[in-house]
Amino acid sequence: MTRKWVFWLPVLVTVGLFAMFLVALVRPSDRTIASQLVGQPLPAFDAPAALPEQPGTNSRDYADGTPRLLNVFGSWCGPCIAEVPVLLKLQSMGVEINGVAVHDRSEDLARFFSENGNPYARVGLDVQGRAQMAFGSAGVPETFIIDGKGRVVGQHIGVITEADIPDILKQLGAR
Amino acid sequence: MRRLLMIALLGVAQPVLSQDYSEESLPDPKQEAQAVALMDTLRCVVCQGQPISGSNADLARDMRRLVRERIAAGESPEAVRAWLVGRYGQWISLKPEFNDMTAPLWAIPLTALAAAGALYARRAKRRGK
Repeated sequence: MTRKWVFWLPVLVTVGLFAMFLVALVRPSDRTIASQLVGQPLPAFDAPAALPEQPGTNSRDYADGTPRLLNVFGSWCGPCIAEVPVLLKLQSMGVEINGVAVHDRSEDLARFFSENGNPYARVGLDVQGRAQMAFGSAGVPETFIIDGKGRVVGQHIGVITEADIPDILKQLGAR
Repeated sequence: MRRLLMIALLGVAQPVLSQDYSEESLPDPKQEAQAVALMDTLRCVVCQGQPISGSNADLARDMRRLVRERIAAGESPEAVRAWLVGRYGQWISLKPEFNDMTAPLWAIPLTALAAAGALYARRAKRRGK
């Protein structure tokens, strides 16, 4: 009896291992790195004004009762261009969006806005990625949904498309 | 006279830009060693397979600067690691940790060794008879 068991146990373990390998091969793991800050207050950051006509943004701008979006982007980022029309649409629906431009320059941003439009209420520069790291953001574009108390209630990784609008609005409404 | 003036000026000369610790070493070799050891065990969130010490990604550069600045300011390497883990998750650390989730992994070799020992002991006993 035990001899049988000694023979079959390694066989079962091996079969189990290969089954796990197969599952991982067919369905590779998710490589996106979500910020751990969802559910927590927005961390301290300061992104000084990128343009003379528009204020920058810092962590004190967010606990004033208005839920809003905080969009991490860059004028050098292709997908960020694709996102602008959707952000403009959200803006026209009354959603306030602040932008943090990572590794960017004022003159490049000015050109980016004149070519694509400017959906932001405030735009701050984050030349050394300090704000981005404070948010736990791993790339651009990424969008944080901030409630009226200045808490991060959601994170959208990658381009916001038309299809994401209802979900974004819902998260903004959920205080 | 002129030479004297030059030497005097050298004494008060300042670097044109303040140090950017994304690429520059810290002046204190002990702190620099701590910073490099930490950078070797932090995963780059852009390239994912590399530690930040070996990556050219902008964000890895930013993290190297952050690590050096915080260590220069007197923070312990583990406190800096904890700050980053608090933002990017356990994923960012390449240092093997012992916790609830990894405990079974650490237990595998011990269990295997114990099982082998038991089998061997039983066989030896049977042989002895």
